Amino acid sequence: MTVMADAGAPRPARSGVSDALWRHPRLMLVLLLAPPLLWLGIVYLGSLFALLAQSFFSIDEFSGVIDRTPTLKTYGELLRPANLDIIWRTVLMAALVTVASVTVAFPIAYYAARYARGRWKAVFYLGVMLPLWSSYLVKVYAWKLILAKEGIVGWGFEGLGLGWLLDAFLSVPGIGGNSLSVSPTGTFIVFVYVWLPYMILPIQAALERVPGSLVEASGDLGASPGQTFRHVLWPLALPGVVAGSIFTFSLTLGDYIIPQIVGTSARFIGLAVYQYQGTAGNVPLAAAFAVVPIVIMGIYLAVAKRMGAFDAL
Amino acid sequence: MRFERAPWWLKALAGGGLLFLHLPILLVFLYAFTTEDRSYVWPPPGLTLHWFARAWARPDIWEALWLSLRVALVATAVALVLGTLCAAAVARSRFFGREAVSLLVVLPIALPGIITGIALRSAFSLADIPFSFWTIVLGHATFCVVVVYNNAVARFRRVSGNLIEASMDLGATYGQTLRHVILPNIATALLAGGMLAFALSFDEVIVTTFTAGQQATLPIWMLEELVRPRERPVTNVVAMVVVLVTFLPILGAYHLTRGTDTVAGSGK
Repeated sequence: MTVMADAGAPRPARSGVSDALWRHPRLMLVLLLAPPLLWLGIVYLGSLFALLAQSFFSIDEFSGVIDRTPTLKTYGELLRPANLDIIWRTVLMAALVTVASVTVAFPIAYYAARYARGRWKAVFYLGVMLPLWSSYLVKVYAWKLILAKEGIVGWGFEGLGLGWLLDAFLSVPGIGGNSLSVSPTGTFIVFVYVWLPYMILPIQAALERVPGSLVEASGDLGASPGQTFRHVLWPLALPGVVAGSIFTFSLTLGDYIIPQIVGTSARFIGLAVYQYQGTAGNVPLAAAFAVVPIVIMGIYLAVAKRMGAFDAL
Repeated sequence: MRFERAPWWLKALAGGGLLFLHLPILLVFLYAFTTEDRSYVWPPPGLTLHWFARAWARPDIWEALWLSLRVALVATAVALVLGTLCAAAVARSRFFGREAVSLLVVLPIALPGIITGIALRSAFSLADIPFSFWTIVLGHATFCVVVVYNNAVARFRRVSGNLIEASMDLGATYGQTLRHVILPNIATALLAGGMLAFALSFDEVIVTTFTAGQQATLPIWMLEELVRPRERPVTNVVAMVVVLVTFLPILGAYHLTRGTDTVAGSGK
């Protein structure tokens, strides 16, 4: 600052560029926006269009050569029963994971928003933030250790003399398997664990805005805690819940690593995309599969927007 | 505000939830010291530091770590520039398509990672671009922009426009205003955003599998070990180191932005 004061002249000479920019805020805006928009427009949107284009190509079943004439054949292939099965299984899993995440996240978010103060507020904040940011693969790996046959869960059940209960549970078709780490239940637990912080944060943000006096007033007017929850807390938390469910739903739809590491060989959309583009070399079908989550999320976001979910983000 | 006490069951549920979030990660730390090398047996039969030495002597781990660090640094640098420019434009003026711009920035992280991954891969294959260091950076920078953007846009909104106007009125050029007025005001937000972007890139695996080809970043190395285990205890050691390395920037970002209305890191 002193440098400028020493310059002496009331209005020191300044380069024409700065003056021009100052007088033309639009020009400044264009200069600011051009690099990020060019990058995202070319790299990201360009890639998305490439993906969309690929889904209209088709593959020659015998030679494996990709035919670049536009066709809907690949989308027809998507509607085969085996592929519809994959889509249905993934959407069901995403829905179950979302419901479970809300159930586990709500008490944490409520406590953090309403009761935690000072030091405990920080503990809860970092307590959610560190697992959110710690390595995704390590988290999945941790559960592989926990759920393995000789791991801590099996050890716990044996120690309590309840080994038979775990075996009985694992023998249930549809949810069981050889051990928890190769069962659909295991896949479900890991999904809930890994996405849980994404659910806690928006619910907490929504609950922070609910004044405590509102809850007290409901109680003073004779509502039971259950009624207060149903008629006061839940409706006010709903935008946060929907915002969180966007994450849990979208992330489950696209994940291909968790079902591969902790789970059965049953395929999910993400795994199908990965395998079709990789080992099978059927990029058009992989692309068509990738369009499915985009469409589902598009519908989901439209509904969520109506429910006011974006105000809580 | 009146000091309230939570009912015991709420405390139990909230505390239990936090434990549920942390115990598995702590368990990985413990497994890094186990003497048993064939399976995941619990409890560990004994504790040793042997695997740290083994991991230290593995050149493939060092190569993967080095690649990850380089990618994260370059991607963070690109994201810092692009994210800050975008935030400056969106926070300081209203224009047609402003909503669309913020949507475009958020999209790479709002859509499942596999979409971004396969989309980039399709584009590389259509344009005949071979996989390289730069294809990884391209993907990482794209989804890191949003983290920097979120931090910067919140700070730009709080920096008074009067300050910039005053600086220009007093005869400063744009360069001088940027250096002496704007940057000091947004520096901590940028540093926090940069740290988060670094952590995000350092840990990313889903997009990377589609953009890396035969190269192995540290997460890719880990993924391969998980799918086809070679030396399990070494994987445990690497897992522990990776968690500790990502904790540092997160704690740093938290301390830098603590006490402001928008604490960094709440949106990944």
